[in-house]
Amino acid sequence: MNMLPNDKILPGHQTPNRPLLRVVIVGHVDHGKSTLIGRLLHETGSLPEGKLQTINAVSDRRGVAFEWSFLLDALQTERDQGITLDTSQIRLRTASCDVVLIDAPGHAEFVRNMVTGAAQADAALLVIDAAEGVREQTRRHVHLLHILGISQLAVVVNKMDRVGYAQSRFVEIKAAVAGELSELGFSAVTIVPAAARHGDGVAQRTPALAWHSGPTVLEMLESFTPAKPLAELPLRIPVQAVYRFDDRRIVAGRIESGRLAVGDEIVVLPRGATARVRSIEQWPALAGSPLAAASRAGQSIGLTLDDQIFVERGDMIASPQQSATAARLLRARVFWLHEQALCVGSNVGVRVGTAECSGKVTLIENAIDPGELAPSKAQAIARNHIGEIEIALTHPIAADVHVQNPRTGRLVLDFAGRISGGGPILARDGDPAGARGRAQEGTPLAAQAGRLNALLDALPAPERLARFCREVAGRLVFTTSFGLEDQAILHMLHEQDIDIDVVTLDTGRLFPETYQLWSETEERYGRRIRAIYPEHGKLESLVAAHGINGFYASRAARTACCHVRKVEPLNRALAGAAAWIVGLRADQSGHRGATALTAVDARGLLKFSPLFDWTREAVQSYVAAHRIPLNPLHGSGFASIGCAPCTRAIAPGEPERAGRWWWEQDGKKECGLHNAGGGKAVAEPAQP
Amino acid sequence: MSRLDDLEAQSIFILREAFARLRRIGLLWSLGKDSNVMIWIARKAFFGRVPFPVLHVDTGKKFPEMYAFRERYAVEWNLDLKVEPCPPVEAVDPTLPPAARSAARKTEGLKLALAKYGFDGLIAGIRRDEEPTRAKERVFSLRGIEGRWDVRDQAPEFWDHFNAAPPSGAHMRIHPILHWTEIDIWRYTRREGLPIIPLYLARNGKRYRSLGDTDITFPHASDAASIDDIIAELEATTIPERAGRAMDHEAEDAFERLRVTGYL
Repeated sequence: MNMLPNDKILPGHQTPNRPLLRVVIVGHVDHGKSTLIGRLLHETGSLPEGKLQTINAVSDRRGVAFEWSFLLDALQTERDQGITLDTSQIRLRTASCDVVLIDAPGHAEFVRNMVTGAAQADAALLVIDAAEGVREQTRRHVHLLHILGISQLAVVVNKMDRVGYAQSRFVEIKAAVAGELSELGFSAVTIVPAAARHGDGVAQRTPALAWHSGPTVLEMLESFTPAKPLAELPLRIPVQAVYRFDDRRIVAGRIESGRLAVGDEIVVLPRGATARVRSIEQWPALAGSPLAAASRAGQSIGLTLDDQIFVERGDMIASPQQSATAARLLRARVFWLHEQALCVGSNVGVRVGTAECSGKVTLIENAIDPGELAPSKAQAIARNHIGEIEIALTHPIAADVHVQNPRTGRLVLDFAGRISGGGPILARDGDPAGARGRAQEGTPLAAQAGRLNALLDALPAPERLARFCREVAGRLVFTTSFGLEDQAILHMLHEQDIDIDVVTLDTGRLFPETYQLWSETEERYGRRIRAIYPEHGKLESLVAAHGINGFYASRAARTACCHVRKVEPLNRALAGAAAWIVGLRADQSGHRGATALTAVDARGLLKFSPLFDWTREAVQSYVAAHRIPLNPLHGSGFASIGCAPCTRAIAPGEPERAGRWWWEQDGKKECGLHNAGGGKAVAEPAQP
Repeated sequence: MSRLDDLEAQSIFILREAFARLRRIGLLWSLGKDSNVMIWIARKAFFGRVPFPVLHVDTGKKFPEMYAFRERYAVEWNLDLKVEPCPPVEAVDPTLPPAARSAARKTEGLKLALAKYGFDGLIAGIRRDEEPTRAKERVFSLRGIEGRWDVRDQAPEFWDHFNAAPPSGAHMRIHPILHWTEIDIWRYTRREGLPIIPLYLARNGKRYRSLGDTDITFPHASDAASIDDIIAELEATTIPERAGRAMDHEAEDAFERLRVTGYL
């Protein structure tokens, strides 16, 4: 990160190939977005000459003190009423990059303008008033950022001057914010304190915030990265037009993803005809130009084909090997901005890429007011609300699902001649298990897992969990060892009243603290946790053969113990179940790095890890925010807690699972419950 | 791709959307650096030929160098040029400050041209970084009957999906270079080798940064004698681009009033 020099950065630092970053500033009304923007521009020397005097004059004329918001609130009504009506943009130059700051209105009335601004951003800064904390538009904006696909987020706890620059208040609000954000799918978000009006924490480290050792707001901005064109995904070109200005027939469009070279075979969707690229056209024709031979995502191009197949605006050109689906029914998660609510039976225009047709909403589920987080039973999505829809199309449209291609996997809705909503496409009727309804009998598990991932990936963890439990028919088993993640999941189940089988494996060798927590947890959530015990005959033979602590002797002896005390009991717990819910995270260890949201376990059931993409810090802030009971051993350096003889505390910086079977030297710290494929680890262990 | 390539690709996408989605469009050519860049990009978008009329709404008060440029490049660039006159200043809202009132003749000329040709879309070369009310524009921006901009009720616009269904009698303004900055324009002009009106270059220690009517446009002190010099000057300056355009500065709301009633 770059520290600002004391003198102003001259615009001369701008060079054509410095990174260009688009950052939207969001948050509740009056939490200080405009002031922060003004201060950032001022401190980086990005304001044109005379601008401060102009703002002064405009402020004087209205009888108010110097008001930074007049910098961007250029409209007379905005200035007279002191509110931001519409989104605006202004340039900022830092030492390392050029930034387009996008101002977004914080009023509920102008959410459509916030969406217009935010949809252009690579990253977002969420501004929260230190005295007020999270408010309605804070939540709504975070929800909208999530559905708009903006994954880079940082938080500024502003107006620290109003709380006496108290570190305790910052710590308190930080924990609360991190908890809420993790529920909405943003984990490990940087949160910094600032008092924008006085410049504290904005571009300079000032004495008032001396206790803060993290980045300044400016440094946070510089840590964001611009979105990159999707050159590595399969080819997608929504066709804008076919031009016949001369004897050529040029198909024009922008490459949304992938690459294209002369000679490539392509397929034209939704009809599915194929042809080869004869030429990539450009004007003026430049001999030897690289564009003429090959193009890639982000470029607006024209091409001719070797075969005169029918192509028109709205078609999508794709690679035949990894093609999109021609869909007649789409399922999508959408935000809705029109005054008239979106209802089952509503007729709306549907756009995907350049394709357009009419569609009829056939189903609405999970409608919420994201400002209140209140679920709604209504079969309608009101203005500024979010929900899931299924929509039947009058014509087939080529579409991807969002997890596979964020640019061609999203739709926009038109209503009464005006763009009124949009969101990620979750599923299409062409998909294996169909876009509607619950998972069907006889569907291969892998396809079901894929469909569930497409459906659930973009959702916050509690919603993922709830949806998973509704989508999957049959018995669902959640196994807990009372670790951080398990406790978080149990809390989510409880909060949403999800009644599934909750099981723990009592090996007989757990820590006293774990038994204590088990009991506390039952009390807190008012439910029994079903215990599964080893088979006594096998346990007796094991101890007879190896001794009571024989597992230290060899790896074979250790896995034999794990098998008798954990793996075999688990197999019994899962017998006949449709799915197994676990608290795995991908970043727990190298071995768990491939953890997916939904996978197929070799026992022949789905394995669901709703926290697979959370970091340890995100789980910690979640459990802290909800005051969830925890194993006190976490406080003494125990990260991952298993059986007492086989778990030790870890040193700072050690991997999370380093304390499990610590005497074994290879990296695979697993007992066999979660071995890849899950299954063959269940085989009988080597007998001594 | 370089930043200029990205800017150009986005502008081409917008121009092709305008041509595909609207019934009858025209491109507004003010003869200045921005609309020259825009015409060049339109030629790239449509493979050498601008497939719609190019309008010069002529106040009759432009600099002679501008008229010379128009006559030469309308032919060289093979443009379907329509020159449309503006009514006299007496036809314009007398409550506007003098320079704004003079500039507003162009708005009136525009309305006449709209009625004459029945356009439902006009392409204009405004940029967000020029002026704060332009920074609040959409790429496809609705102008109602009489060309009015209802800034309180702009439609949502995201993911490069545009509103392009103006009610009868209304039209869309399409802004293909809204996301460019002044220095982008000059860097692109240099890279593509585009011709410029010599008034942008310093003569006797002064040059024009923004060109308008002779009586309300003023040069600033500069020694920039080449495009390279202009780029170097812009890299160092903190003076705003439209400082020499009188109608922007007569009153706090002058430019907004112009724009709300249909000015660019």
